[in-house]
Amino acid sequence: MSSLRGRAISPIGDDTHEILKGVVSPAQLNLERVIQQNQQRQQQQNNASGSSDQQSSGSPAKGKPRLLLMGQRRSGKSSISSVVFHKLPPNETLFLESTARIQKDSMASFMDFQVWDFPGQIDIFENPTFDVDAMFGEIGALIWVIDAQDDYLEAVARLNMTILNLQRSYPNIKIEVFIHKVDGLSDDYKLDIQRDITIRIQDELSDYGFENAPVTFHLTSIYNHSIFEAFSKVIQKLIPRLGSLEAMLTNLCRTCRFEKAYLFDVLTKIYIATDNAPADMASYEICSDYIDVIIDITEVYGSWPRSRTHHESLEGAPWNQKLEDQVASNWAESCMVLSDGNRPIMLREVDKYLALVAIMKEDSYDKMPLVNMNVETVVQGLKEFFEITKPK
Amino acid sequence: MGKSGSGKSSMRSIIFSNYIARDTRRLGATIDIDLSHVKFLGNLTLNLWDCGGQEAFMENYLSQQRVHVFSNVGVLIYVFDIESRDVDRDMATYVSIISALCQFSPTAKIYVLIHKMDLSPPQAREQVFMERVRLVRQKTTEFVQSTGFTGEVDLTPFATSIWDQSLYKAWASIIHDLVPNLSVIESQLESLGILIEAEELLLFERTSFLVVSNWTSDEGQNNPTLDRQERISNILKHFKQSISRFTGTPRNAEQFLLMEHKCGGRFSIFCLKFTTNTYLMVILPPGEARFNSAKLNCQIARESFKFLDGPVAANAQGRD
Repeated sequence: MSSLRGRAISPIGDDTHEILKGVVSPAQLNLERVIQQNQQRQQQQNNASGSSDQQSSGSPAKGKPRLLLMGQRRSGKSSISSVVFHKLPPNETLFLESTARIQKDSMASFMDFQVWDFPGQIDIFENPTFDVDAMFGEIGALIWVIDAQDDYLEAVARLNMTILNLQRSYPNIKIEVFIHKVDGLSDDYKLDIQRDITIRIQDELSDYGFENAPVTFHLTSIYNHSIFEAFSKVIQKLIPRLGSLEAMLTNLCRTCRFEKAYLFDVLTKIYIATDNAPADMASYEICSDYIDVIIDITEVYGSWPRSRTHHESLEGAPWNQKLEDQVASNWAESCMVLSDGNRPIMLREVDKYLALVAIMKEDSYDKMPLVNMNVETVVQGLKEFFEITKPK
Repeated sequence: MGKSGSGKSSMRSIIFSNYIARDTRRLGATIDIDLSHVKFLGNLTLNLWDCGGQEAFMENYLSQQRVHVFSNVGVLIYVFDIESRDVDRDMATYVSIISALCQFSPTAKIYVLIHKMDLSPPQAREQVFMERVRLVRQKTTEFVQSTGFTGEVDLTPFATSIWDQSLYKAWASIIHDLVPNLSVIESQLESLGILIEAEELLLFERTSFLVVSNWTSDEGQNNPTLDRQERISNILKHFKQSISRFTGTPRNAEQFLLMEHKCGGRFSIFCLKFTTNTYLMVILPPGEARFNSAKLNCQIARESFKFLDGPVAANAQGRD
């Protein structure tokens, strides 16, 4: 674990090197803390047992960041994981059974991570059968779900207790609070609830002497894009050297005059990086819906093999070229010009899991070939980035 | 026409007013007859009569307004609710409507939509649908025999739901029968398709995004996705909603000019604003040069399709 994290912080290839100098992202700081924490823990373990192979090398989940979903029962944890990771339509979550045991999901994506869905009725700290160490040892983030339409005092109290319990042994855990089911509430009321919960948690924690605990709050609902937005922010904290990814996208936006660029995980619609222009929900929504369009169209027309004879006829006159040589790029390239101000939206597949989607400035369709070239360069850079940072 | 609450107005709002399925919950009951004129392809005006389905209205149509409602009908779209409990009564109303129609517009085409199919479990759908269609057909023949009506009553059944693409399939085929000079459009599309080596061409109407006409090459016929036209209509129409939310423009306004997608070595596709009232979607084999020349050729071909926006040539009436 520590060795691979150490690799992640080693210098990156030439073309991105310049950008990286002097940039220390919060994610990176966090990683360094995690490494230190792990090393300390390992030393303690080694000292205690006196044996050298006490590491958790047997666990199959080694090296995969883990997201824990916790909260009161019926707060919507399983619904969240089904909607975000299994593409369940939101209105069908009504029929989900309550979770009886810990659900472990492995997501094969650009970054393999695990999602653990905890049943709400179990208190892990009071139940001695749970191996707390195995659970929180390699944790990426703890997501605590609070039902905003319910009485949340008990949930807040339990969250406080959990944080206090965890802070003792794992001080570097990121805690993300999803104030959930806010779709039916007015904007004012939402903010009131958020403020109330924030104050309650911070007061309680500072009473116990924890100032500035790493707790972040998100307002979410499965009926709109807010849950994806919140997950995006959580995942982004797990990405090593997020800063350089963002710098690459910002650079692209500047050179190509993009309004906004997102790097999407196609499967989950989570964006793992964006440029440094302020993010707004509207542009996220349109980009994520555009991915849907492309996936659906590809399913209709791209999923069946063309016949051999047809293939040969395409390579004959007047082209006289192999079909592979006729195409410019082996990856999907797409763009759509909106009537409103002639604004194009462009999409470029990066690899199996990732796609770059950007909203361009007015009337820039004419410069599309140039833009494609720039995007190609950035995509190469991104690939190199993931090659270097991937766990080995 | 159809029983109260069977989904006539929801259907109309989705196809012609760009509602999304969720929004139709807000629609109230239709009082009496809701008349609307829909411009379709510029030269074709559809007079849609959305008839309120409550029994009081129904009786009124059949008695006092009989001549007014049932004369000059081009198409009758009769909607059955799959969930309806009182099937016998539905059938009785249906038969009296049909008899009125045969009296005043014997040439009208009849479409029977078995609606709200999403409410029956997927594996039973086919069977439920066949059963209901059989019943409707049986009633129709009984009626024809009993009155000794000489004309032919020909009905086309569809299973529909506003939550998936089946609705587009039904409406596309209804519209398909109403479009004038269809054969000209088809032959022109064919020659265009062969010229640019396309796999498939789809011609969409601008606001409803229904497929007006299409052409498929021999190779394209092998595509295993048989409901692709409806699916593409559905996909693009949904995305139009997203765009209108993003740009803040009205739902019925024109939303995009061009869309292109090159899927590596598998296929390329583009969809461009073709004539004033249509979009053309072209599915091509891969290849950069082929793609660009096809795009240029389609832009040139616009001239030959100008007649689609031509002055009023025909006037068809449809009622639902």
